[in-house]
Amino acid sequence: MESRKTQLWVGVFVVVGILALAFIALRAASGNMTTSGDSYTLYAKFDNIGSLKVRSPVKVGGVVIGRVTDISLSGDYYEPKVAMSISKDYDQLSETSTLSVLTSGLLGEQYLGLQPGFIDESVDTLEDGDTITDTKSALVLENLIGQFLFSQGND
Amino acid sequence: MIQFIQSIGQRVLDSVAGIGYALAMLLGAIIGKPQPRKSWPLFIKQMYVVGVLSMLIVIVSGLFIGMVLGLQGYTILVDYGAEQSLGPMVALSLLRELGPVVTGLLFAGRAGSALTAEIGLMKATEQLSSLEMMAVDPLRRVIAPRFWAGLISMPLLALMFSAVGIYGGYLVGSGWLGVDEGAFWSVMQSAVDWQEDLLNGIIKSIVFAFVVTWIALYKGYRSVPTSAGISAATTSTVVTASLAILGLDFILTAIMFGG
Repeated sequence: MESRKTQLWVGVFVVVGILALAFIALRAASGNMTTSGDSYTLYAKFDNIGSLKVRSPVKVGGVVIGRVTDISLSGDYYEPKVAMSISKDYDQLSETSTLSVLTSGLLGEQYLGLQPGFIDESVDTLEDGDTITDTKSALVLENLIGQFLFSQGND
Repeated sequence: MIQFIQSIGQRVLDSVAGIGYALAMLLGAIIGKPQPRKSWPLFIKQMYVVGVLSMLIVIVSGLFIGMVLGLQGYTILVDYGAEQSLGPMVALSLLRELGPVVTGLLFAGRAGSALTAEIGLMKATEQLSSLEMMAVDPLRRVIAPRFWAGLISMPLLALMFSAVGIYGGYLVGSGWLGVDEGAFWSVMQSAVDWQEDLLNGIIKSIVFAFVVTWIALYKGYRSVPTSAGISAATTSTVVTASLAILGLDFILTAIMFGG
């Protein structure tokens, strides 16, 4: 009888431990959420990406539609080139969409904000492997301060 | 002068011999033909003593440490208007550091000292010698089940500690201080990586479990079989195991998150 009680408690112990693991894995950690389903890849070139990182979100009006998958330098002028995988649910984005590096809050992380453009007969939608040409770079605080001081000096 | 050098030499030889004995004890205990029939009930018994009985202290301290993290983190983060980062702060510090380390320290104090005292007393009352007289290997019969029980139960305890701690941080942060509930969990989810943070934390707790259990068993097995000797061995278990955890934690952190 004693032994059965012990076994019961050990069973409870192991189950609680596994539940703790499941709680942490599901509630606290996460794999890549939006890129788990079908997705397609878009590219964009920037002058400056600021502190954008791989796995940073791509948002339309605050809604996450994809994530940055790769950041590299490309071309003869070493322009930063960002690859992002966008969920297949959003495959009607126009070619004239603009992409800008934005910051969430004053000190928050940086993310890519996508502003969808218009679609008519002469404008296609973005396909897998396309490059978004209309991009706005990150605001770099030091450059802004420099411009400010420079304009002050002219007065 | 010669005596001084001689004493240094003796100390070095003693400690090297100690490492050798400890390794021999461990290998003798875990290597050999598995006998599930005989050793399974012994293992279950030790899981109860080592794991289940440590559950209460680990869960209660995890809850309170999580709540304190929530409170302290909030007062600092709110100055920068970044109180949404409370979730990742609580989760990361628990999963990466506090979960494995504090559980290891509690485990050394709660279970490690008990293991040392029990085995030391077995040795003092010559139970270990009697086992050998009956052709039962005390390493396989006494040491092995305790070793496996410690190795398996401590990572589970560390996971419980982290889970309860995160919940404690959530209770204080969201329920009391008014951090937005959705932001708390979603910012945490985007910041915590299951491989980088969760898996490394589990690896840490397995390493600590191995070290603590090994030290506790060895100190008991090699203790001087008197009441003073057992008390010295128990103290030495807690001190050595705690220092080993803290030192190893630095090395592991440097390897896992430093590069």
